[in-house]
Amino acid sequence: MSHLSREDVAHVAMLARIQLEDAELDRLAAQLDQIVDWVGQVGEVASADVPPMSHPMPLANVTRPDEVRESLTVQQALANAPQAQDDRFAVPRILDEE
Amino acid sequence: MSDHTTQAASAAGAADADLTRLTAVEMADRLAAGTLTSVELTQAHLDRIERLDPTVHAFLLVDAEGALATAREVDAARAAGEELPRLAGVPVAVKDIACTQGLTTTAGSRMLEDFVPPYDATIVTRLRDARMPILGKTNMDEFAMGSSTEHSAFGPTRNPWDLDRIPGGSGGGSSAAVAAYLAPLAIGSDTGGSIRQPAAVTGTVGTKPTYGAVSRYGIIALASSLDQIGPCARTVADAALLHEVIAGHDPMDSTSVDAPVPDVVGAAGTTDLAGLRVGVVREISGSDQGFQPGVQARFEEALDALRDLGAEITEVSCPHFAYAMAAYYLILPSEASSNLARYDAMRYGLRVTPDGSPSAEQVMGASRDAGFGDEVKRRIILGTYALSSGYYDAYYGQAQKVRTLIARDFEAAFDQVDVLVSPTSPTTAFRIGDKTEDPMAMYLNDIATIPANLAGVPGMSVPSGTADEDGLPTGLQVLAPAMQDQRLYAVGAALEARLRERQGGYVIEQAPEIEVRA
Repeated sequence: MSHLSREDVAHVAMLARIQLEDAELDRLAAQLDQIVDWVGQVGEVASADVPPMSHPMPLANVTRPDEVRESLTVQQALANAPQAQDDRFAVPRILDEE
Repeated sequence: MSDHTTQAASAAGAADADLTRLTAVEMADRLAAGTLTSVELTQAHLDRIERLDPTVHAFLLVDAEGALATAREVDAARAAGEELPRLAGVPVAVKDIACTQGLTTTAGSRMLEDFVPPYDATIVTRLRDARMPILGKTNMDEFAMGSSTEHSAFGPTRNPWDLDRIPGGSGGGSSAAVAAYLAPLAIGSDTGGSIRQPAAVTGTVGTKPTYGAVSRYGIIALASSLDQIGPCARTVADAALLHEVIAGHDPMDSTSVDAPVPDVVGAAGTTDLAGLRVGVVREISGSDQGFQPGVQARFEEALDALRDLGAEITEVSCPHFAYAMAAYYLILPSEASSNLARYDAMRYGLRVTPDGSPSAEQVMGASRDAGFGDEVKRRIILGTYALSSGYYDAYYGQAQKVRTLIARDFEAAFDQVDVLVSPTSPTTAFRIGDKTEDPMAMYLNDIATIPANLAGVPGMSVPSGTADEDGLPTGLQVLAPAMQDQRLYAVGAALEARLRERQGGYVIEQAPEIEVRA
């Protein structure tokens, strides 16, 4: 039984902001369907009363002293930017064109 | 006279070649005694890298200038009578997953091909504080996703034992560098076995410390509840020294354990295991579980050796380990899909701009398609799916429950025994290209190493010999309860000493000389 169709994979890839090409979609969809089928075996374990574990250590709200320290300069912070302008990251438009 | 000169010259050449064959302990001792300088030692490694790394491809970047500058400083400090840390002047290689200020850090990905970090990871700061020359950055599967280093965007690393085979992964660059004597020590990272499995298939030693024992500040994140940094070395004592340098609390990593570092260096002197209770995990050993005959044979011999050393061997069952792989391949992709969302082509990393006047969303989609390789895409999509509305409970939620059951299996096992053992990897090194088209076959390599990451307990791989059928190295995995990392070193050191006695040397010394390929 197919768990994950080509359309499902295209949709999830879009959610993850990966613009797959057609050939990639064909290849990855077949592999992902097989993988999803296999990982689904976690459902075979009876575990209604088992608490979920998200992390090996029971940690909550770890803080360090709130002290003023040196941080990166603007120049350092922008050094790896694909595009910068006026001491800021320059990004493509985020709204639809009119 | 001329004969004498020639002999002296060739003796010097041999001595240079021999420098890289020393253990890190011997290097540190000779540096401290003043019979060796760090510049000589570092240069010997740089020369070997220059000659052999075009063939092995363990390094993505070699920083000769930086390494020699540190070496010169150490030599000057020593000449001035300054007291220096134990490993001062001993060179080290760093997996390209750790940020190094001013040195390109790619995580094996096109996405970060030109990324130059503005700061050092805490472990890199610790290596600098320990005055260790950093030789360079080692190759890895892209974003540490893989078991062969074939998923590196910059080409595979070759196994020094057989250049047509994989050096393990994701830290194949670090394991190959150490196995090929290109570096005495290296840093690795282990999310599901990426230090231990490469150690096993290259005849070297690798430790995944207890979760949280080593800072991850400045480490490029894969799956944050599983990732751990650790040492790669040729001997157990060498690994212990590097472990001691990098372990310890770091306020910059909120998951860092604030507790004393176990005495791993002391434990690495262990020669006797009298009274130690060793458990063999039924679910992760045995030919019936798919372990290669030569791997299984060396494992059973290692059990005999442990028995000779005074350990009591019993069999234990961890029934939920059967579901560890499936749980891992839901938890890891889920966390990775979230961690890798930061590569959005806006602030750093690759940006690909489609024709026309594309939106930010279209730029992200094109950049992530171009910047990520297949394995990364598979895992991001799988993780996004497992976390998506309607599937969360059946996949990610259920995997987290299985994780609890696996942690409970460990607890029950450690009520009965002090350490657990298994073969590290079900097979010896496979051929380059054998599994690249079959992701599932690649995943199954990590069957024995993954449970430790899920529970957060420490593990080590130590050489157990070579398989009869192919002459390639095999590894024994040792697992201990959280914060009992010293037990790994005790078992590893005792087994290593016993094997040396029987075979007249370390397993790695059986590796053939590397033939330079054009």
